[in-house]
Amino acid sequence: MNAIASVRDALTRNMRQSGILIAFVAIVVLFAALNDSFLSPGNLTNLVLQYSYILILAIGMVMVIIAGQIDLSVGSVVALSGAVSAAVVIREGMPWWAGVAAALLVGLLVGIWQGFWVAYVGIPGFIVTLAGMLLFRGLTFLVLDNRSLSPFGGTYYDIANGFLNGWLGGYGYDVFTLVIFGIAVVGYAVSQWRSRQGKIAYQQSVESLPMFALKLVVVAAVVMWFGYQLSTSRGLPVVLIILAVLIIAYTLVTQKSVFGRHIYAVGGNRHAAELSGVSVRKINFWVFVNMGVLASVAGVVFSSRMNGAQPSAGEMFELDAIAACFIGGASTTGGIGRVGGAMIGGLIMAVMSNGMQLMGVPQSMQQVIKGLVLLLAVAFDIWNKKRAAVAR
Amino acid sequence: MSTILEMRSITKEFPGVKALSDVTLTVEQGEIHAICGENGAGKSTLMKVLSGVYPHGTYDGEIVFDGASAEFGSISDSEEQGIVIIHQELALVPYLSVAENIFLGNETRGRLGLIDWNNANHRAAALMERVGLHENPTAPIGQLGVGKQQLIEIAKALSKKVRLLILDEPTAALNDTDSEHLLELLRALRGEGITCIIISHKLNEIEEIADRTTIIRDGQTIETIDMSAEDATQDRIIRGMVGRDLEHRYPERASVLGDEVLRVEDWNVDHPTQAGRQVITDASFNVRAGEVVGIAGLMGAGRTELAMSIFGRSYGRNIRGKIFKDGKEIQARTVAEAIKHHIAYATEDRKHYGLNLIDDIRHNISAAGLRQLAPGGWVNSNEELRVAEDYRASLNIKTPSVVVDVGKLSGGNQQKVVLSKWLYTDPDVLILDEPTRGIDVGAKYEIYTIINKMVAAGKAVVVISSELPELLGICDRVYTLAFGRITGELPVADATQERLMELMTLERDQPLPTNGTAS
Repeated sequence: MNAIASVRDALTRNMRQSGILIAFVAIVVLFAALNDSFLSPGNLTNLVLQYSYILILAIGMVMVIIAGQIDLSVGSVVALSGAVSAAVVIREGMPWWAGVAAALLVGLLVGIWQGFWVAYVGIPGFIVTLAGMLLFRGLTFLVLDNRSLSPFGGTYYDIANGFLNGWLGGYGYDVFTLVIFGIAVVGYAVSQWRSRQGKIAYQQSVESLPMFALKLVVVAAVVMWFGYQLSTSRGLPVVLIILAVLIIAYTLVTQKSVFGRHIYAVGGNRHAAELSGVSVRKINFWVFVNMGVLASVAGVVFSSRMNGAQPSAGEMFELDAIAACFIGGASTTGGIGRVGGAMIGGLIMAVMSNGMQLMGVPQSMQQVIKGLVLLLAVAFDIWNKKRAAVAR
Repeated sequence: MSTILEMRSITKEFPGVKALSDVTLTVEQGEIHAICGENGAGKSTLMKVLSGVYPHGTYDGEIVFDGASAEFGSISDSEEQGIVIIHQELALVPYLSVAENIFLGNETRGRLGLIDWNNANHRAAALMERVGLHENPTAPIGQLGVGKQQLIEIAKALSKKVRLLILDEPTAALNDTDSEHLLELLRALRGEGITCIIISHKLNEIEEIADRTTIIRDGQTIETIDMSAEDATQDRIIRGMVGRDLEHRYPERASVLGDEVLRVEDWNVDHPTQAGRQVITDASFNVRAGEVVGIAGLMGAGRTELAMSIFGRSYGRNIRGKIFKDGKEIQARTVAEAIKHHIAYATEDRKHYGLNLIDDIRHNISAAGLRQLAPGGWVNSNEELRVAEDYRASLNIKTPSVVVDVGKLSGGNQQKVVLSKWLYTDPDVLILDEPTRGIDVGAKYEIYTIINKMVAAGKAVVVISSELPELLGICDRVYTLAFGRITGELPVADATQERLMELMTLERDQPLPTNGTAS
């Protein structure tokens, strides 16, 4: 197989995933061509800061969707956890970490609450979380007494607005940031290499060595370029570290853990899963608990970013998170989806919002275009499925 | 008498399976015509061809209805001609009223296109009168018993000006009084000139009511019997239903029996939603290492219910009885516990209960035994792939790769994936529910060979099947199940299809034969 054929093979083998990746690249190229400042260091930094909480929500949401459920309450949970945190830190004057802990506790309780109704009472997630959306929004109003609370300031403010930089000096670019990105690239290369060696040990076919090296070089180049851009701006955003850790951890959980594989089994065919010894209730319960906790993490990040808590915080976040999952190839009927896909889906939404803002596209048109992108992504999904069904 | 319906050389193929081959059926005006055959013989397929569920063009052959060639494109086409089919699973909406159900899809609109409910209720009452019912037409249909619901279905058919009424197993779910009622009604309808085709496993009913009987076996017409003739006996029907060449269909096996592996005692199971309805009554059976035990029963006898209730109580309510594994009593309250006790159950319904069709072969094979691949909670995906490749080779799963979605495989290969999944849990007892349903002859032979390999490895296998030749071909011992009771136990040497069929059709109130053998 020559190199071009093997690239094509790698792309077509997983059209669902790669199709969306190509779309992402195309959108980035389009906005870069239309607007000089789109790929500027400052704007890339802003992208990370502005949309990190949607990506965090999308990680939890894609697991809920794979399990065949939906969660409409995450926007309200973002608001409630932020509000509780603000009450603890701003109103009560306790330290920043107490606010974080309180927010995470709120997320955990919310998750247990919703998981209980879905898994053990058998109410569809749509209904439970629709109720939760109202319930937790109402509680937010109660906690905040209908007023905004601000400012957090200090360390809490740095969670979403702070940067790690300057520790190793800099020459117009921050060395520390570059070192961290370098470590990430090396880590990626090592893990890929070990995975490849493992496959060879099991006598599976692997891509040819030049192909493998090319893939590593492309990924390394893109990542290092991105790192360099950040380093010439304000350095490494703290929230990017949080996000990266979550993405890596949840990719492993969904792809490699028994729990993750059971989520796919339940979403793909819950009866077959049940008859294979999977406890469908437990899986549903923990998926919602996990979503609740991740929503509160997003709540911490968002309240930190806003430097305060507002009663109306997080409105419509659930729709952005859900859209990210579906654009990223998750199936509306469950059983299919990936954390990586949802991240790309979320980035597509982020890049489009950001790019259109830079170009001064009116808010109304932005909504129209985002709506159409979601629709087309799911239409592509259905078309793809039908094509697969015909091949059956 | 004139001929109302003629189906000429009907052939219907599904991918990989020939369901009907050159079937001919002639029905006279005003008769009750019974169709007999084993499960999977092609009766329902034939009726689906007739009623337009399989539209014209998807089958070969010709249908002549009322002297004219009929080309039905859908059910509504055939209904327009007065052909109405009542399926075994009643097509009623439980929350709608009697009248709403009767006129569902056939509503008469009055002024402004609105439904005149007074008129509809009045007509519903009149239709119910014709079938001998006196219910409130506005009552929700869920409140009526199954017997009455069946009569409502007929009333619904009458509202469509039915000329040919097709009933698929109409009395399967009915008690004797309700069945008698229904048969009485069919006679009355015959008096009004309505022709009737009835599919039934209950041979005594057929003997009682049918004017003629057509027997179908393996998708072919065997014969049509005039029921008024001297030699039209149940025995002749049974012979026609089951008689076929058994040689070379089943691989040879020398049985070497070991100790008893599984014993079930006094097993009782209630229906999960219908209070007071017992599905399994005092069932006891056992199976030894190296033994293939068959469970024979007609549809609705409780075969699957028996198996699933044993397998981690995945069916039913109020389950009573004891399970012994290797002589020791065990508890298997969940599927996970059953798997831990090395019991496996491969479902009859691969697509809905057996496989995750949108995932690949590899993940389906590891689904039940995933913990073995993940000692620390993390799945070793290389090992997983190796396991899948192993089963692909040893069970001869025909696929370009094990990362292909199972939904894309043929029925036989899907069944091999199901078997792989359960073999990977390292079971001592395998309960196989209709392991060869819907798969072609070649793949069936392969499945039998796999079963032989399992017992040769000292496993105990329970095969549930409605195909009697299959049970006689592969089992050491056969139990018969009828209406939730085990009605007999025969070593395969003593079993014939006729004797099994007699035991399988034993009614609820008939006494069990002694020695597990019938008459």
